[in-house]
Amino acid sequence: MPDASVKKTIFVALGVCLVCSILVSSAAVSMRSAQEQNKRLDRITNILEAGGLPFTDKNVKITYETRIRPMMIDLGTGETVPEQSLNEILNIEAFDIKSMANSVEYGRSIAPDRDIANITRMPAYMVVYLVIENDRPEKIILPIYGKGLWSTMYGFIALDKDLTTIKGITFYDHAETPGLGGEIDNPRWKNIWKDKQAFDINRNVKISVVKGMVDQSAPDSQYGVDGITGATLTSRGVDNTVKFWLGNNGYGPFLKKLMGEFHG
Amino acid sequence: MGKYKNLIYAPIFEKNPVAVQVLGLCSALAVTTRLETALAMALAVTTVIAFSNLTVSLIRAHIPGSIRIIVEMVIIASLVIIVDQILKTYAYQTSKQMSVFVGLIITNCIVLGRAEAVALKNPPAISFADGIGNGLGYSIMLLSVAFFRELLGSGTLFGFTILPVTSEGGWYMPNGLFLLAPSGFIIVGLLIWALRTWKPELRERE
Repeated sequence: MPDASVKKTIFVALGVCLVCSILVSSAAVSMRSAQEQNKRLDRITNILEAGGLPFTDKNVKITYETRIRPMMIDLGTGETVPEQSLNEILNIEAFDIKSMANSVEYGRSIAPDRDIANITRMPAYMVVYLVIENDRPEKIILPIYGKGLWSTMYGFIALDKDLTTIKGITFYDHAETPGLGGEIDNPRWKNIWKDKQAFDINRNVKISVVKGMVDQSAPDSQYGVDGITGATLTSRGVDNTVKFWLGNNGYGPFLKKLMGEFHG
Repeated sequence: MGKYKNLIYAPIFEKNPVAVQVLGLCSALAVTTRLETALAMALAVTTVIAFSNLTVSLIRAHIPGSIRIIVEMVIIASLVIIVDQILKTYAYQTSKQMSVFVGLIITNCIVLGRAEAVALKNPPAISFADGIGNGLGYSIMLLSVAFFRELLGSGTLFGFTILPVTSEGGWYMPNGLFLLAPSGFIIVGLLIWALRTWKPELRERE
């Protein structure tokens, strides 16, 4: 190998950097739109799944556009944000929970004693999704997230129009142990959530993920979901996440308002 | 032609980068809980080794000795980013599962090792063949480990049920250990044992 002069060394270093940066940036730029498309499709798929809407690869978009009505809400007051107040950052299509939670203007920190989902910060606004059936709202899909064992789990929970019965839950982004905590993706486990009751008569959050199996004969079995074997901490994380978001620090004000709208 | 054949075949068993040189173990443990991710990882690493070898070899006469490692790393890192972008575009679900491990190919010792040991001293065709060979050697280990881990840990292969597990009404009680990293070590160890029994010349002399 030649021991090159300083001039040549600098020249080679610059040349390699230049060529590599051109290749990398052109790859990134040329594929960006396809990747964003993928991301969007992935999110839509998860929303439809959470809402229990049947779809095929081909009609994902159509199903989403016809059956789902997204809306921006203010988590603090529970009010829907009117369309004219939306802007580039407060944008339904481009809404990103992570960056909103971290933003100074649109995020807020959670007091440690209330932060049961272990997320430290949350967005002040959120995009929620109404499932429409014959022009009437049928279900509401709410984004949720919280700490599992290894990772923050991002997902959706769907409530029936009675705003008490759970219609589905799904997680689209997590890094729990495959086969153990990762079983939160298992359709069989997700199915257990269906038709469970989230709140008691006084609208207190009552749903919980229990350790082991729920005793089906017990009177309050409709409030319990079987924990995942070998994944106690992930199960606890899901339990805390659901409790946090359905509670007063999460969607409480919004659900209260929606209750008034739906059931006068 | 025999030369190239040997370059490609030798690293599959006799000079296997994982089983004989014991390199690249980190990813061999991380992405092998399922065959699908292992296959994607194997393809990604093979592509990166082959093309980093090719590129380094093409410009080997012009790489100054003092900055050769940096130049190699820049080339490897660029290739990895491009592969990552391609995966994100064409295999979104798989790339989501592999998360950071695609990016970590940059630190895979096999890639830099081949660039240093082979590509800096040999013409492009030989370096490329060597890269493909070592990629295949890595792949075969990754796929073997993933085969056992997915089969025994989840009762499936490529996501298709082979052993119906008890939680879904079958008879097989999955062994959770196989889904955790230590089992990767155990299987790699067993494979090394098997390889050395088959090819005794690999054993060190006492």
